Amino acid sequence: MTRRSVPSAQMLVDLLRDPSNHVPTDGAVWAGLISIARAEALIGTLAHRLINVDVPGQVKPVLEDAIVSAKLARRQALWEAGCARRALANYDGKVILMKGTAYVAAGLEAGSGRSIGDLDIMVARNDLGEVEEMLLDAGWEWVKPDPYDDQYYREYMHELPPLIHRERDRMIDVHHTTLPLTAGPTPDAQAMLDDAVQLDSGLYIMSPEDMICHCAAHLMADGDLAGGLRNLWDMHCLLSHFTSEDPGMWEKLEKRAEQHQLTQAVRRSAWHAHDLYGTKVPSLWQRSEFWSGAFKKRLLARDEYGGEIRKMTRQAFYVRSHWLRMPPVMLTKHLWTKWRKGGAGPR
Amino acid sequence: MGQLHELFLKIGPARFRLASTWHRPLEELESLYRDYPALPDQYVDFTVRLEPEKPWRRYIRPSVHISGDYWLPDAAPLPLAQGLLAAEMGMNLQMALGWRRHLLLHASSVEKDGKALLMTGLSGSGKSTLSAMLGEQGWRFMGDEFALLCPITGNIYPFPRLISLKNQAIAAMEDIAPADRFGPMMKATPKGDIRHLIPPIKALHAMEEPAKPALLLFPRFGYEPAVREMGKSEVFVRLTQASTNYVALGQASFEALTGFVDTVPTRAIDFDSGKQVIETIDTLWNEHL
Repeated sequence: MTRRSVPSAQMLVDLLRDPSNHVPTDGAVWAGLISIARAEALIGTLAHRLINVDVPGQVKPVLEDAIVSAKLARRQALWEAGCARRALANYDGKVILMKGTAYVAAGLEAGSGRSIGDLDIMVARNDLGEVEEMLLDAGWEWVKPDPYDDQYYREYMHELPPLIHRERDRMIDVHHTTLPLTAGPTPDAQAMLDDAVQLDSGLYIMSPEDMICHCAAHLMADGDLAGGLRNLWDMHCLLSHFTSEDPGMWEKLEKRAEQHQLTQAVRRSAWHAHDLYGTKVPSLWQRSEFWSGAFKKRLLARDEYGGEIRKMTRQAFYVRSHWLRMPPVMLTKHLWTKWRKGGAGPR
Repeated sequence: MGQLHELFLKIGPARFRLASTWHRPLEELESLYRDYPALPDQYVDFTVRLEPEKPWRRYIRPSVHISGDYWLPDAAPLPLAQGLLAAEMGMNLQMALGWRRHLLLHASSVEKDGKALLMTGLSGSGKSTLSAMLGEQGWRFMGDEFALLCPITGNIYPFPRLISLKNQAIAAMEDIAPADRFGPMMKATPKGDIRHLIPPIKALHAMEEPAKPALLLFPRFGYEPAVREMGKSEVFVRLTQASTNYVALGQASFEALTGFVDTVPTRAIDFDSGKQVIETIDTLWNEHL
């Protein structure tokens, strides 16, 4: 008797990694894969990976919907970037697009089918006041009404408190570096600005090495790995693309990661991308570490309905995210303030 | 959460997997959806999850948290006795947030001679009850909640889920529909008293058949009877507000909706009794065909 195969996050990963060899033919398995892909914001990516693959006809409408949604997400993201560019037309410094918007603006594979929420940009830290002023003039407004949160962002974070546009209802995160100021590593933000690459629109994207470093920082050195499978997919696409374009990329990346104090984050991301998505990495990068199993467990923590599982692992990574972000005394003060206001804890 | 109980349902073009910690809500659904087409291959568009709000709430004062592929962060849990309502809300949520194949209009619809009458308005306007009543009086019931406007053909596709009767509408329908088509009475839910009604069998058999939109009404219950014309721009704006995926479909929805507003005659009708408004609807229908 064959046991019914239970859909899992691992099956989704296998399907993304090698679409033609892992196409399920069972409706119930697809139901699970679709739920997991939606929960991990990977349904658009999956749909793109399967465009030229023979899939059961009953799945096609779901995948076509995801492609329509991704197309719109792309258009809206570029539109928002354009709005920010116009709002900052009189700003002399560089405006660097980050994450999803950068990937679609640069036409990178990582942008194919990607869901994109907020617009993330980076400017020089000294210019934050000027840039914020211009955005407020153009219709963006503060989201966080709480003075503690507002001050927290301004003193300790790598970005301004989020702004939302009052007419279009879209958020913008204005960064001045890639990790909170209180985190262990201090990336070299000035170097990122100096080496940024200009697009035809006049906006900038990071250099390939910096883009990879930022992706790794976002994935491994900040946050609790929520959306980790998607961010790891970004990593896989960026590494695959830039290292095949430039054989010297691994060495450059190694050096750049060191400069940004992100060696561990970059190596760890590359290893997991290699492990899950089959990214080709040099043998020197293929070493797992003591924590690899825990990271993998967290990355794949979904049940066959797309629900969250492994509460203990999730909780541990949530605690880790705060630990990474703040020194212990500060963390205690922060949690105390948040607790009195009635709202700390995952979700 | 481990293995959940499962049920697969097809309503119009949409296919659902319902996964629940408890057997009971699915048992109730299965009985009420008994005449709907089966979904033996288990391919679905959406999953709805009904799980305890906190682990111990599976047994102690069980309360149902609604989630699924698409979810709202602040959805209030419901007591297990209202699990059926939770499942219906979960399915509506998937449609409202996730459906992309049609422009979703928050409207009821009925069909006659291949042509569709749509009724839209705020909740409490009477659109759902009117569609249920017309469905018992010669019209084909197409849906009491969502009308699906195809952006390519301009046709309306049915979404004939269970009819969700509220408050006074329950007694009104108990007078004209057979008792074996009613679900359990759910008193004092967050939406008032609710009782589900299985649509007429003819509506279920024709759940894949579209109709050409021929008349749009904005009914309003509890007002002095009146019929008013409406400007196209007002109709357009109100329909964008009545659509849950207007923005998500981008240009396609703008074109579908302007086409709809240009071709479908529209009236606002106020009414205070069911009998009188049905006569008004018949008159308007005959005038516009």
